[in-house]
Amino acid sequence: MTLKPVVNDPQGLAVTQGLHALGYPEVLGTRVGKHIQLTLVARDQQSAHARVEEMCRRLLCNGVIEDFHFQLSETGA
Amino acid sequence: MTWRCGIAVFPGTWSERDCAHWVELAGGAPVMLWHAERELKGVDLVILPGGFAHGDYLRTGAIARFAPLMAAVRDHALAGGPVLGICNGFQILCEAQLLPGALLRNSSLQFRCQPTHLRVEVSRGPLLSGLEAGEVLQMPISHGEGRYYAPPEQLRELEAEGQVALRYCGPSGELDDRHNPNGSLLHIAGVMNREGNVLGMMPHPERACEPILGSEDGLHLLRAAVAVLGPR
Repeated sequence: MTLKPVVNDPQGLAVTQGLHALGYPEVLGTRVGKHIQLTLVARDQQSAHARVEEMCRRLLCNGVIEDFHFQLSETGA
Repeated sequence: MTWRCGIAVFPGTWSERDCAHWVELAGGAPVMLWHAERELKGVDLVILPGGFAHGDYLRTGAIARFAPLMAAVRDHALAGGPVLGICNGFQILCEAQLLPGALLRNSSLQFRCQPTHLRVEVSRGPLLSGLEAGEVLQMPISHGEGRYYAPPEQLRELEAEGQVALRYCGPSGELDDRHNPNGSLLHIAGVMNREGNVLGMMPHPERACEPILGSEDGLHLLRAAVAVLGPR
């Protein structure tokens, strides 16, 4: 989950300043987001994709301010 | 008959007793509504108080929105019943999509607990039509995530529909960045739905209800609302 590009991210600005102070002037910008790991059972990748996308839209992400993307991988459990 | 005011209590709500005191001062009977309940017990007005419902996990208000009580609050709101969300209550109403927009981390990155002045922008709806547009109220804020955001096209719509209810301002009602405590777009401190019966505000009127608190403007706001709601 990341804030949409048009949404001001003061946390990101503070991190950029911190990196500059540590000697990384090449950093032009920072956006702070959220990382969520889900473990779920699904018949196949396609159905897992559909369910996770729905979860993102309904709860995990607030579409007013955030964008999301996700990757699926099999755990083999 | 005394009017009854429901006060929603989620795990982590912290302002429900302050709200009950405030309601009693305004002549009402507070009725606590636990988040797991499914009905509003016939109350006239519902308040969602401040706090950190469900620990603010994921996002402020994101989990509280799915509480059984919120289904009843939604029905009440859609039927035109008055709902007031204060601070975390405002955040919950936005997550529940009963109010537009979202509340983000303060631009200062600091938790801000301080007195603020608010300008009443519109005199409409059951909660604000007892006040006059342009009136300046003083009451405190106490939040880390109160920066109001809505996409530009939605902000234009809010202005056009008279949904911008309250703005942070100076003591004489002046709008400038110095008096915007959290970086809210267009200095917005409170918004209402299109119909005007649902109001969300970040400042705490319940903490401005006695002279010892430095202001009684919050009591003024509630009394004005109750006068509009009429005798029960």
